[in-house]
Amino acid sequence: MFWNIILLALREMRRNTLRSLLTILGIVIGVAAVIIMVTIGEGATLQVRQQIASMGSNLLMISPGKRLGPGLSSGNVPFKQADAEAITKNVSSVVAAAPVSSQSIKAIFGNQNWSTQVTGTDNNYIRITNRTIKSGREFSESELHSGAAVCIIGETVRKKLFGGQEALGERIRLEKISCEVIGLLEEKGQSTMGMDQDDIVIVPLSTFQRRISGNQDVALIHVSIKEGASSERVKQEITLLLRERRHLSANDEDNFHIMDTKEIAKMLTGTTQLLTALLSAVAAVSLLVGGIGIMNIMLVSVTERTREIGIRLAIGALEHEVLWQFLAEAVVLSSFGGLIGIVLAVVSSLWLADFLKVPFVFNPTITVIAFLFSSAVGVIFGYFPARKAARLNPIEALRYE
Amino acid sequence: MKSDSIKETLKEPLITFQKVTKIYGKGQAAMDALRGIDLTIYEGEFLAIMGPSGSGKSTFLNILGCLDTATTGCYIFKGVEVSKLSRRQRALLRRHFIGFVFQGYNLLNRTTALENVEMPLLYRRVSTVERHRRALAALEIVGLKGWENHTPSELSGGQQQRVAIARAIVTEPAVLLADEPTGNLDTTRSREIMDLLTALNQDKKITIVMVTHEPDMASYANRIINFRDGLVASDKMNRRQ
Repeated sequence: MFWNIILLALREMRRNTLRSLLTILGIVIGVAAVIIMVTIGEGATLQVRQQIASMGSNLLMISPGKRLGPGLSSGNVPFKQADAEAITKNVSSVVAAAPVSSQSIKAIFGNQNWSTQVTGTDNNYIRITNRTIKSGREFSESELHSGAAVCIIGETVRKKLFGGQEALGERIRLEKISCEVIGLLEEKGQSTMGMDQDDIVIVPLSTFQRRISGNQDVALIHVSIKEGASSERVKQEITLLLRERRHLSANDEDNFHIMDTKEIAKMLTGTTQLLTALLSAVAAVSLLVGGIGIMNIMLVSVTERTREIGIRLAIGALEHEVLWQFLAEAVVLSSFGGLIGIVLAVVSSLWLADFLKVPFVFNPTITVIAFLFSSAVGVIFGYFPARKAARLNPIEALRYE
Repeated sequence: MKSDSIKETLKEPLITFQKVTKIYGKGQAAMDALRGIDLTIYEGEFLAIMGPSGSGKSTFLNILGCLDTATTGCYIFKGVEVSKLSRRQRALLRRHFIGFVFQGYNLLNRTTALENVEMPLLYRRVSTVERHRRALAALEIVGLKGWENHTPSELSGGQQQRVAIARAIVTEPAVLLADEPTGNLDTTRSREIMDLLTALNQDKKITIVMVTHEPDMASYANRIINFRDGLVASDKMNRRQ
């Protein structure tokens, strides 16, 4: 009997193919939208995680000022190179600390020029940020001390300035100085914030301070801590040390901020997840609207088939059998819509993931939930028309024209 | 043939109506459709119910078919007092004992003759194979062998009514109720349908109650009842032509 009811519903669908397709369109779009949103959202979250992992898992970033983020606002006391050295020396569990200052500068080689980020730092920076030298070498101790005119460049800069030419040993101009290229960085791709991490020129900090910025300031300090060490403890120790070095009294608030990767990850994935949830909620509303569409068509169908219902009742169909028949039709319709929606969602998320360059993460849970939800929509919105059909008076239904 | 002798040969009363009334509406607008029907129908009878429109014959047939309930009085079907049954119980009674044939055929559109005939068996939970076999047999009885896979729109009026009759008899009902079965057909087709009903009555011993306003068609029955103003005006035996 169960199978018969399903077969009957399928036959009814086939009789009105166009109408059935239009009816389930709402469900198709709703289910597809929910799954696409969740899939792309999870892909984006995964991407953020991967990028943060590639930043180095045990990274702390210390910036002056109270606010989050690496932005330097006026009035904040900048760091000095000695601060980074003090952290390396005095705080336990710190592997390395790199002072970082950077500025956007036009780099020139021959008749090529390219606006890029010039960063003054030391060799620790390369290790802390999980980068490697592809060819050439790091800075030597003497170069770092003397502020030699040498630089290590990223792949984007190399491509823009040198094209197919050999870059090592050549000299590029950064403002007034002419720097010898001593190393090439391994490619790293886009960062979480969408920045090209290969668009970079690294010079020794002393070179940067003396010849580019003209002061002894350090904008940021990157710190890497030992694997397994508690970042909370390290943060506390650094805070104490920096408060002392920056002469803060007990009542003063910190005038610097320490961010760890976990915090950055939380911030960024939090945003992505919130956005995903929001968009999915909007998509879920369209599922609901799809359900109302089904109810509408089912009501029309009941009116149209009044005579048929009359015949069935006269022949001895029980109320609940007619109810089940119409309910089954609604559920088969909406489930069918759900299935099409799932297929549509998988195809478009594959395409979209490729287009947006986020990994494709298939989530079976949300697929099953979306499918069950679409069937539930059929039950909920099919019940009212089905009950209407079942309660018809057979005599009047038979007379209905 | 006298009425008494028929009662002796067909001893078992199938249907008994005792002072059955039916009132539609309430108060001032109330309309008496039936005003006290006393009637007994025996197994194997072929009844024709005649009467002008508004005389209550359709109401009578609806109550007989358990589609409607009497306002007062007592309707006994196979010893069961139908007046006391629930809507669900009446539906089950229809399912197991009553076959309907309507004036407008009332077949399901875009559904083959075979599927139409199989439908009552579906509600009786008959297995697919058995359903198929019985529906084919019923179609053969009504002379539609070879037309199984045609939909109503591909069949003539007479053929559609044959499908409807096949649908009514496929469950081997205790009584076949026909409401103006020839109302939409021309004389030749009407005769064919009446011959078929007569054959079913004589060969298959199916009790038939038919409402008609055509004396020609009523003459096929072996008992003719005339309704007038919600009452039985006459109840006569009829020698078949």
